[in-house]
Amino acid sequence: MASPAAVSDLPTDHLRGRVGYADRLFKATMFAAAGIVLLVLLCTAAFLIDQGWPALRHYGFFSFLTSSRWAPSDATPKGTHPNPYGILQFAYGTAVTSLIGMVIALPVAVAVALFITEVAPAWMRRPLSYAVDLLAAIPSVVYGFWGIFALLPALHPIVNFLISTLGRIPGVGAVFAGPFFGVSYFAAGLVLAIMVLPIVTAIFREVFATTPIDEKEAARALGLTRWEMLRTALLPRSRSGIVGAGILGLGRAFGETIAVTMVIGNSVLAITTSIFGQGATMSSVIANEFTEAVEPFHLQSLFVVAFWLLVITFVVNVAGRLVVRRTRAGLA
Amino acid sequence: MRLKFSGVVAGALGLAVALAGCGSTSNVSSTTAAAPSGAANVSFGSANQKLCSSSVNTTPNYKNTIGTVSGGASAISGAGSTFAAPMYSDWASAYDKASGVAVAYASIGSGGGVAAIQAETLNFGDSDSGMTPADISAAKGGPILQIPLLLGAVVPTYNLPGIPAGLKFTGNVLGEIFAGKITNWDDPALKALNPGVKLPNMPIAVAHRSDGSGTTNIFTNYLTQTSPTWVSKLGGPSKSTGLTVAWPVGIGGKGNEGVSAVVGQTKGALGYLESDYAISEHLTYGQVENKSGNFIEPCIPSIIPAVDGVTFPPSLNTFLTNGSNANVYPIVGTTYALVYEHQTSRAIAAGLVNFFSWVLSTGQNSNASLYYAPLGSSLQALALAQLKKITVNGQPVAS
Repeated sequence: MASPAAVSDLPTDHLRGRVGYADRLFKATMFAAAGIVLLVLLCTAAFLIDQGWPALRHYGFFSFLTSSRWAPSDATPKGTHPNPYGILQFAYGTAVTSLIGMVIALPVAVAVALFITEVAPAWMRRPLSYAVDLLAAIPSVVYGFWGIFALLPALHPIVNFLISTLGRIPGVGAVFAGPFFGVSYFAAGLVLAIMVLPIVTAIFREVFATTPIDEKEAARALGLTRWEMLRTALLPRSRSGIVGAGILGLGRAFGETIAVTMVIGNSVLAITTSIFGQGATMSSVIANEFTEAVEPFHLQSLFVVAFWLLVITFVVNVAGRLVVRRTRAGLA
Repeated sequence: MRLKFSGVVAGALGLAVALAGCGSTSNVSSTTAAAPSGAANVSFGSANQKLCSSSVNTTPNYKNTIGTVSGGASAISGAGSTFAAPMYSDWASAYDKASGVAVAYASIGSGGGVAAIQAETLNFGDSDSGMTPADISAAKGGPILQIPLLLGAVVPTYNLPGIPAGLKFTGNVLGEIFAGKITNWDDPALKALNPGVKLPNMPIAVAHRSDGSGTTNIFTNYLTQTSPTWVSKLGGPSKSTGLTVAWPVGIGGKGNEGVSAVVGQTKGALGYLESDYAISEHLTYGQVENKSGNFIEPCIPSIIPAVDGVTFPPSLNTFLTNGSNANVYPIVGTTYALVYEHQTSRAIAAGLVNFFSWVLSTGQNSNASLYYAPLGSSLQALALAQLKKITVNGQPVAS
């Protein structure tokens, strides 16, 4: 039975051969998985441009960004100027609602995460984490529903107070002007704050947990109070993590559609200066109008909105990564 | 001081969110707590209260002059109008029981219904505004028949604490409110229409649809016919009527439920809704002046006369607003089933003829159960005549 080949047929060779094969398979699979992600992203962008192409060619690539008036009923098959599908007010609405959401959510999320990782008694930490995570499990349409029927009525007295105080300040007063009918940028921002809270809190928890325990103990051994320890040992180390989590939360807020659509008031004709006024976001106008987009270039223009939303989200994400890298470099 | 102030605000916000989290159900019920329209007739002494309480025959038992064609498919599919979707599902289940034929209807919106029939992806479409000649010429399969199936009204609904249903509106006053010219409830024009009603000094929160809608098409068509202010504000009759218009003022709500939520949650709101939605939800709605100068409450007896005196074009696609009958409610519309005149499959063609001839006869008896009105015998006969035009290989399917 002996053959020349049998010489190399040692147990280790055999093993090495098999591992090599599995390695190659593993590598190929991973490459394919990564490739698919890139492919999906590229195909989505290509699809949006393809679908929006008739409108882009008709009105011009950047003309959508030069107007804040969205009036499909003004569109005609021939007319090209002015572009009836201005989208600046949607970009503004997306930015303002997300900003309100993040300004409210970030401090709360930092506090909640610090409480869970550092302050809360041990028996409380897990149930509390689960409770915060559960907020993410509530469907967005339910948040919208809750927003309309519970949040809006509760907001009236507070917002009316803000309008009569902040609204009187010369200059910035216009940002807080009334009348307040409930549905508004502000209500949408509040709902967004609650919706991004769980994801941001979860990342903060992970970030805070990575602070080396000996540094914290060293800080305490030096006689620092718990607050001083958090400020000197924990928070500076977590800066890039906090920024990164904020970017992720912002991405979530940018894309959120149904809950925002339900409480923002869907005013598409111009930019509303007051955060207590009605507006629309890039995703809300798509959700509202795609089912009955019957005017000339109407549906195609909604695809253009989707394309620009993708571009803006992409830019914000890249900018976020750069900020994270810079804060990390500054630390080192 | 600054710090203190922002602390107060933050605290108050937190409290609001917390309170809202425990929001009592009373907030929800306030949408539907409005007085039912029946009680309001008394306080407004409406001339037409007899009309709406009169027992009209809502089961007209229209004759099916086509009968059942043999060799029909056992399943047909369609899609379109969300307005007509509840009615389709009622018809489909009754028709399935009666004939064993399954009718699948997807509620994707009128625009989607038109696109689906143009692309021949389904056996029929449905659109509240029908199809324009340009829409039809863009269809792959040739000429399309438009078959009206039901009548429904669009009603002005409002949220004014202490003010019952039945507030009177004219088309021009509605037009001026939606154009942003009348902005307060104590406007002299509204007071003059409603003597004896204590209208509050409160800004009007105008509510409209944020999605394209057949309801908007019907409502804005009525405003266009009756309000010069509305037409000039929107920049001409072609821009002041349609599935979507460039609303000069107001809050957009998605779908009937969106508008109803805005009206229910906003004191001083005025919006418009399908009558079936407003009636079944017991919302507070007003009376509207018709062409004869009478203020009419929307109800099935006041919707049916909308087809009186209307000259239908061969396509049957026309507006039914501002009718000439003295007792008609003026803001009425319909929905159109869309089918190809020249069918390629005999089984599908027979299935379509059988289903729609059933809808136009037996099916009309159940319209009132969902607060739609039956077509009226004159329009019903015209609609049946459309079905007779359906051919396969040049041969008529129905005899």
